Amino acid sequence: MIPAPFDYVRADSYDAAAAALGEHGDEAKLLAGGQSLLPLMKLRLATPAVVVDVSRARDLAYVRDDGGVLAIGALTRHCDVARSADVTAHAPLLAHAAGSVGDPQVRHRGTVGGSVAHADPSADIPTALLALGASYVVRGPGGTREVSAADFSTGFLETVLAPDELLVEIRVPSARGEAWGYEKFTRRAIDWATVAVAVQKRGGETSVALANMGSTVLRAAATEAALASGAGAADAAAHADEGTEPAADVTASAEFRRHLARVLTKRALVAAGR
Amino acid sequence: MNLTVTVNGTAHTVDVEDRTLLVHLLRDHLDLTATNIGCDTTSCGACTVLLDGESVKSCTVLAASVDGQSVTTLEGLAEGERWHRVQEGFRSKHGLQCGFCTPGMVMAAVSLLDENPSPTADQVRQGLEGNLCRCTGYHNIVAAVLDAAAAKPVTS
Repeated sequence: MIPAPFDYVRADSYDAAAAALGEHGDEAKLLAGGQSLLPLMKLRLATPAVVVDVSRARDLAYVRDDGGVLAIGALTRHCDVARSADVTAHAPLLAHAAGSVGDPQVRHRGTVGGSVAHADPSADIPTALLALGASYVVRGPGGTREVSAADFSTGFLETVLAPDELLVEIRVPSARGEAWGYEKFTRRAIDWATVAVAVQKRGGETSVALANMGSTVLRAAATEAALASGAGAADAAAHADEGTEPAADVTASAEFRRHLARVLTKRALVAAGR
Repeated sequence: MNLTVTVNGTAHTVDVEDRTLLVHLLRDHLDLTATNIGCDTTSCGACTVLLDGESVKSCTVLAASVDGQSVTTLEGLAEGERWHRVQEGFRSKHGLQCGFCTPGMVMAAVSLLDENPSPTADQVRQGLEGNLCRCTGYHNIVAAVLDAAAAKPVTS
């Protein structure tokens, strides 16, 4: 399978990428690691006229301890996030999630910003970042804005990004020393999550994020409320699927996904010491 | 577009369509056919090659993206008559049945041992999670990689 024809533009910096987007507008699509976009293009589910390749924009690939906040360049690869000492210290949930994306080959190419911007509700990275209370720095000709992980995705593969904007940085408030849990159910080792659950404790509060329980990654609001009221893991997890609308597909029925959400939430809460 | 890629130590300048995938650059333009196309959907790992020393699935990388970089395929592993220790491991432990997945398995294993020179059997299985063997020959494949890990690396 070969993608439909397109014009290739290489952009090795933020400035070059912004210029290319300015020139080509919504005909252009940004290519980061390409591990989600290229399969879609090969199946002709995506047919951009122009591909702007930012995979080697080194100014957007970094991990920095920004004084209580972890700053991660959008084009940092999953493998580099997974083995980063700063990420492991300040957001071990994210390091674990990055290490469980796809397989080693995918992690050598795929980037955390690419995963966030692709906005697949079954993806590991946005799920972990939602539980961690991360925010996303978006830059375009109109300036720079910071969007919370909760507000970033507006639907299946849809985000608040305008065609001339780039996701440039992911900011994660340090969760050093706080307990966390991550549980993912897959049919085969490398599959997307049928359902995944990320739990992050922080200062006595517990965040619970769900993958593949709706058209975007979601907070398990009813579980979080139950925990805040003093419920134990088993009781709180029984509410994990409340308010969700999981899809039915060849991998799982909606009811099976609801079951998985409850079971995996309980396991993730137990792993986080609840 | 014109691009220059170093493959197995030799620089090649080729003119390809912008949409050309790395695996087609290797097989169709450079006649390096050890790299197989299996699923063509980033699942099976048969097309695994090394890009600047790290394993990638060449069906899911644009040739254009690797302009100026270095690619290693199975053809580039041996040094003259001397096989790479991972190739030796697959031979001595019979880490193959039909052989279709073998080039990708070997390249994934080389990358794995580069990142973790002394893996446990479980770490080998985890490290090869991106490579499928439809003969289900995994037991000997894991044995082959452990055998290669125990062998001294070939130094040039």
